[in-house]
Amino acid sequence: MDFLTLVQVLDSTVRLSTPLLLACLAGLFSERAGIFDIGLEGKMLIAAFFSAAVAALTGNVWLGLLSGIASSLVLAGLHGLASITFRGNQLISGVAINFLAAGITVLIAQDWFQQGGRTPSLIGGGRFAPVELPFAIGASEAEAAGRPLSQLLAEASPLQQVYSELISGHSILVYLSFLAVPLTAWVLFGTRFGLRLRAVGENPAAVDTAGISVVGLRFAAVGICGVLCGIAGAYLATALQAGFVKEMTAGRGFIALAALIFAKWRPWHALSACLLFGLLQALALRFQSINIAGVSVPVQLMEALPYILTVVILAGFVGKAVPPKAGGEPYVKER
Amino acid sequence: MTAPAIELKGISKAFGPVQANKDISISVQPGTIHGIIGENGAGKSTLMSILYGFYKADRGEIWINGNKTEIPDSQAAIAAGIGMVFQHFKLVENFTVLENVILGAEDGGLLRPSLAKARKALKALAAEYELNVDPDARIDEIGVGMQQRVEILKALYRQADILILDEPTGVLTPSEADQLFRILDRLRSEGKTILLITHKMREIMEYTDTVSVMRRGQMTATVKTKDSSPEELAELMVGRKVLLRVDKVPAQPGAPILEIEGLRVVDDAGVERVKGIDLTVRAGEILGIAGVAGNGQSELMEVLGGMTVGTGSVRLHGNPLPLSGLGADGRSRRAAHIGHVPEDRQSEGLIMDFHAWENVAFGYHRSPEYQKGLLMDNAAVRADTEAKMAKFDVRPPDPWLAAKNFSGGNQQKIVVAREIERNPDLLLIGQPTRGVDIGAIEFIHKQIVALRDQGKAILLVSVELEEILSLSDRVAVMFDGQIMGERPADQTDEKALGLMMAGVAGEAA
Repeated sequence: MDFLTLVQVLDSTVRLSTPLLLACLAGLFSERAGIFDIGLEGKMLIAAFFSAAVAALTGNVWLGLLSGIASSLVLAGLHGLASITFRGNQLISGVAINFLAAGITVLIAQDWFQQGGRTPSLIGGGRFAPVELPFAIGASEAEAAGRPLSQLLAEASPLQQVYSELISGHSILVYLSFLAVPLTAWVLFGTRFGLRLRAVGENPAAVDTAGISVVGLRFAAVGICGVLCGIAGAYLATALQAGFVKEMTAGRGFIALAALIFAKWRPWHALSACLLFGLLQALALRFQSINIAGVSVPVQLMEALPYILTVVILAGFVGKAVPPKAGGEPYVKER
Repeated sequence: MTAPAIELKGISKAFGPVQANKDISISVQPGTIHGIIGENGAGKSTLMSILYGFYKADRGEIWINGNKTEIPDSQAAIAAGIGMVFQHFKLVENFTVLENVILGAEDGGLLRPSLAKARKALKALAAEYELNVDPDARIDEIGVGMQQRVEILKALYRQADILILDEPTGVLTPSEADQLFRILDRLRSEGKTILLITHKMREIMEYTDTVSVMRRGQMTATVKTKDSSPEELAELMVGRKVLLRVDKVPAQPGAPILEIEGLRVVDDAGVERVKGIDLTVRAGEILGIAGVAGNGQSELMEVLGGMTVGTGSVRLHGNPLPLSGLGADGRSRRAAHIGHVPEDRQSEGLIMDFHAWENVAFGYHRSPEYQKGLLMDNAAVRADTEAKMAKFDVRPPDPWLAAKNFSGGNQQKIVVAREIERNPDLLLIGQPTRGVDIGAIEFIHKQIVALRDQGKAILLVSVELEEILSLSDRVAVMFDGQIMGERPADQTDEKALGLMMAGVAGEAA
């Protein structure tokens, strides 16, 4: 593997980590507030569809993004209603949301576009364009030189390769998602809202007796979760790919949950976990099998690795993953 | 005369058909400690929850410092200067003391300035009231006594002038309780008003200025403590004369029934809970195990009851009792004539959604008298339940009622009846009167003593020192999984046992 290939694998890692990271942070907000959310997948999926659909119809990717977020928020609200207001089972509500999203996206897609449950391919303003940072070698440089981009990159210095491939040339949502990590850490550990959010996930009774609304806090957390899942879904359909296809989230919501456990519900660790799982996906995408010390590792194993690692973590082999104490339990004032 | 700190006028509150509080009026002078005593379910906690804005009263008025005050939620209660220390602390365990103190009383959107301000304020409060707590310690790293101080600090940090404490000494060692009352005394002398809810007569008599008695949702009397007596208060609580002491003749210990040597129990998390203890219980005696909750008593009972596994040697009538593997289960224990009244009747003693008669059969459902061919003879079980209910005065005597619909005392009577009526050679009984009203306590104690007088061995675990002292013939104190010492019950007192409960070895105490 030469240096440029390595850079390209890492570049693809960043792209593939982005939706995981957004969904993982979404789950982090929700679960830190005590609301388990296995409906990340469903919310991403519905956001992917509505963002692609609106972007296809209007040609404006920003309107697409907003619609994606709105649709994800609707499902988040549904989850909140079921699990906070009506104190239902959070796992069942999450499963229901996943099924609902899987069905309704294809149904509406077929009704609107008649293309077998997909949206038309997004072109031009319907997609998030890569952001080219100054001094990076990108499409415009290749056009000016009249040569293919890959040739230009291959000839560039290693530093320029890293800068142009790995750092430059991503969509705005990628940069946004990486910025969300320090932002999340700051909100959780540096603000009043974060203190209360963490408290409500550990001991809602403490929050209640302190005169703060448990329901309000939890809805806020679920709302943030909805927004982040919406961005994650929109990224999938309008940046990573050009349009919606059936089941396009492909289990990313669950990998994000795995990453959340792997990270033990901490923002910076979530970043590492998502990068690791993104790398595994990137390797699986690029190579059919990988030789490690003479043993050929099939690509399926790479894809399964996030789940295997999560089981290992949950079994307590690598330190204990202790979820927020009040997670999964609806809050009822005791008599 | 200054206006009362708290005045409640005609407070009523119903939960469905249950009238929890009925036309309650009370007036508390500022700068006093006012006790509220009553049986479980008398409505004490409901009344305090109304005062703290947890529930809204159906009728009635609340006056604070002479002003009529609406308390629709806890926020309003805090604003009115009311602070509450709940029986079960409302602390976030993985937060620091400081974070818990500011939660809900932050000064702005950012934490840093709030934390700095609280740190200063805590220092001042510590100096003023001798409430020393490390502000950076995590709650799960400090003891319950400290946690309770944090709760008090929380209230004081919110400028509370009125402090409500709900059963504050339930989880404390006697010396921790003494410290608590020193703090409360100090708070009173600074002009704070304290409402003390408790069922412990000693605390009422020693520390309160006035006391109100509640019975069945009503306030039956408010008296000056020094003009009253425990006997009078108990009568007001129950509505009839109650025997506060356990009436029993000296024990006639016989041959050893249960012999424990080097017993160890390791829990699921790998922590050793019982660290090699030796105990002997003889026929015709009650051995009481005292100790603060969580020092291995529960595990001791569980391993003897066959609910968990352990190592070491336990002999019953000289025959080894398996501690793990085959024969280490509840069924084998019952076959060996060991009765077990578990500490937590609601999760281990009963199935709350099942009928009383089903609960009476549990553990003994294979008994021949309950069988009819291949099936269970449910009619026989129900007849047996009715007989037991009559004998133990379970109210209402309805075998068809679900366990959860009985009061705590009657639930416990069902469990005790089930175990005692089998005439066990050894009775394991944990927290026999937790959450049980005084009238039922008296009854249950009598049954235990009667079993002893039949020459049976009884191993009693209780966190209530009064109960241990009055019921046991011998007392062993458990601390951190070990026996700190053993004393004949009539040659020791709360102070000596309290020292051992805090980990001071028996020889030194």
